[in-house]
Amino acid sequence: MATPAIGEAGKTGDWRDMMPVCDHSKCIPSIKKKAACFLCWLYCPEGVIKATIPLEIDLEYCKGCGICAEECPGKAITMVNEGEKNG
Amino acid sequence: MPENLFKVNIEEYMLPGQRACQGCGLSLAYRYVLKALRENTILTFPACCLTVLHGLYPTTSVTIPALNCTFASTAASASGLVAGLNALNRTDITVVAIAGDGGTFDMGIQALSGAAERGTDFIYVCYDNEGYMNTGTQRSSATPMGALTSTTPVLTKQQPKKDMLRIMEAHDLPYLSTTSSAYPIDLYDKFVKAKRIKGSRYMQIAVPCPPGWGYAPKDTVRIGRLAVETGIVALFEIEDGKFRFTGRSKTLAEKGNKLPVINYVERQGRFRKMSIEQLRQLQRWVDTRWNEYLKRAEG
Amino acid sequence: MAEVQIMTGNQAAALGAKLSHVQVVAAYPITPQTSVTEMLSQFIESGELKAEYIRVESEHSALAVCISASTVGARVFTSTSSQGLLYMHEQIHWAAGARLPIVMCCINRGVGAPWTIFNDQQDSIAQRDTGWIQIYCRDNQEIIDSIIQAYRIAESVYVPVMICYDGFVMSHTMMPVEIPDAEAVSDFLPPYKPHTILSPEAPMNINPVLFPWRRANSEGVLCDGYMEMRYKLQKALDESRDVIISTSRQFAGAFGRDHGGMLWQYKADDAEMILVGMGSLASEATAAADMLRAEGIRAGVVGIRVFRPFPKEDVRAAFRKTKAICVFEKAISYGYEGALCSEIKAAFYGTDIRLPIHNYICGLGGRDVKARELAEAVRSSRDTIAAGDTEPMPKWLNCFTE
Repeated sequence: MATPAIGEAGKTGDWRDMMPVCDHSKCIPSIKKKAACFLCWLYCPEGVIKATIPLEIDLEYCKGCGICAEECPGKAITMVNEGEKNG
Repeated sequence: MPENLFKVNIEEYMLPGQRACQGCGLSLAYRYVLKALRENTILTFPACCLTVLHGLYPTTSVTIPALNCTFASTAASASGLVAGLNALNRTDITVVAIAGDGGTFDMGIQALSGAAERGTDFIYVCYDNEGYMNTGTQRSSATPMGALTSTTPVLTKQQPKKDMLRIMEAHDLPYLSTTSSAYPIDLYDKFVKAKRIKGSRYMQIAVPCPPGWGYAPKDTVRIGRLAVETGIVALFEIEDGKFRFTGRSKTLAEKGNKLPVINYVERQGRFRKMSIEQLRQLQRWVDTRWNEYLKRAEG
Repeated sequence: MAEVQIMTGNQAAALGAKLSHVQVVAAYPITPQTSVTEMLSQFIESGELKAEYIRVESEHSALAVCISASTVGARVFTSTSSQGLLYMHEQIHWAAGARLPIVMCCINRGVGAPWTIFNDQQDSIAQRDTGWIQIYCRDNQEIIDSIIQAYRIAESVYVPVMICYDGFVMSHTMMPVEIPDAEAVSDFLPPYKPHTILSPEAPMNINPVLFPWRRANSEGVLCDGYMEMRYKLQKALDESRDVIISTSRQFAGAFGRDHGGMLWQYKADDAEMILVGMGSLASEATAAADMLRAEGIRAGVVGIRVFRPFPKEDVRAAFRKTKAICVFEKAISYGYEGALCSEIKAAFYGTDIRLPIHNYICGLGGRDVKARELAEAVRSSRDTIAAGDTEPMPKWLNCFTE
């Protein structure tokens, strides 16, 4: 019957009107240069955040919910309008 | 990297690009349910948000075998999986039934009670988003008093939330737990534990729902946290009859500083018509239950 | 030497399931089916039959359990009647759509409201649109034999099979039954191979939502829409006719008994009036035919054994030479006429077969139907036809209709 594949609902990145942008100078794992925090990875409902240094977000599938920005203790992630870039 | 940080299985069994809403509480919780259960699992679920998350033919977003079933029959479907696998001597597979509050508290209650009473060796997961959310946010018996839903659009829900936890406890289960989307590690640990236990295990997850509850998707974790901070959701497990708080609820029980429920209620559009009397009833209900839990935790 | 025992229809059914080595049984008690499930639990608890027995809390769950157990590859069995069958109606549709080789006995009982516990066929007739194969047994021997045949049919065409027999009239009546040899049954039934494996090695999502249109998978291959899947079910039912007939023949070869494939005939070759029925009613009609023959009326019987798939070709062939048909049935499609009568009439559409077809509704809620009443109905039909009225309204036999 139905077989597993990425993008069952298409490129869900299209759902966004705001996208997450990470300022790595404020990102705790980037600052500490080791595994730390990564609450964005923990709380992403889509599992599209890669817990790497620097942080990587799969914008093809990120739905732009904004949980990562809301939960980031360092306020490193901000939600910006699609098409804009933050610095 | 995060697996040592959080002590969880790093494998993702839910592929990107699935059909759940932005900021879906179920989606968040489900990542960790699947991480804990791992590959040797067969899932069964009825028509609900999870059906949509798993995806439409010919593609699925989840890399664990799954069987769709009718709305009333989730626990019976699981019973059949267990029976069939036993008959075929395939005893290394965990059978997991998952349904929402509609498919558990309401239409699914008969099959669930039957399966639990028979001591069926399976895990039953109820993700409680407090309404029939997949069909457009109609009221279920899990909807809290005072909430607006599409079938309580003017007067709000008049009855208190059905205490499904007590109903399931009455079935003498080896393991029962409450978990929350906002506390994924607590959830993960409980599912890992449940997987090792034999018999009927009931897991209820408190799952915030942005469109159903009337808040912005970015606040799913915050709202879920507030439910626990106010005592509306208590994180606990009952293992062989022994009650134990876990995680944040354990800390709250020890420190005695849970927040008043207004902190939770005022952030959600579904409570905008809640009356003062309903708010007071809700606070009383929370306090009564919380105190009962405190007594059980001590004893 | 084969063993012959006197047994009830329910005993025959339980033995049929046992001989077929069913692996999962899920059933709920309901009159007059209850003793089937009791006997099976006896076989299983005593170790005579190695199977899982799930004492479900409802019929809806009984079939749900069978569905998922069959999906993972176990041979399953359940049985029910009347309200129980109606309660599982949603699951009956589901099982056929899921293409599972489930075998279920329906011990025919009338439906409420008002309550009845006695026999008629309204329960199973009301399921005729669901996509199950339906076989109506005329005696207890046919029950045990048809269950065995059913597993072979179901597991080759992947369509569930409902074995129907009349409540109390057969379920609780003792008849001599030759018990098929266990080893011969095992030889007759190859192991069940599920069409889709639920396995961690190749994870799939079974019976998800399908869109109205066909959609491409991740490799760009166009896959079925809902309508294609449903077409496949219909196609399987159409193709099952040949499998039903060949299975019947092969069974006859292996066990020495032929119950007739799609339908059976009694003195119908030269008959001017043919009585039609299903199950024990058709059996009773043979006694009526003999009575009529003794008076000089050339009467015969066609017993419809398989109601679904409807035996259109066989019906056309069986009635080609006769002058008139009396269709006796223990059910009615309310708002129209007996379903069997309608379907026989429809089978003649497009052919040159034109003859009077009279419908008699009988035996509802267990009202006894005697051979002499059937014979009297045939005489009355003859008179009506002779008087020029070829299409009277359905008559309710032996019923106060003022």
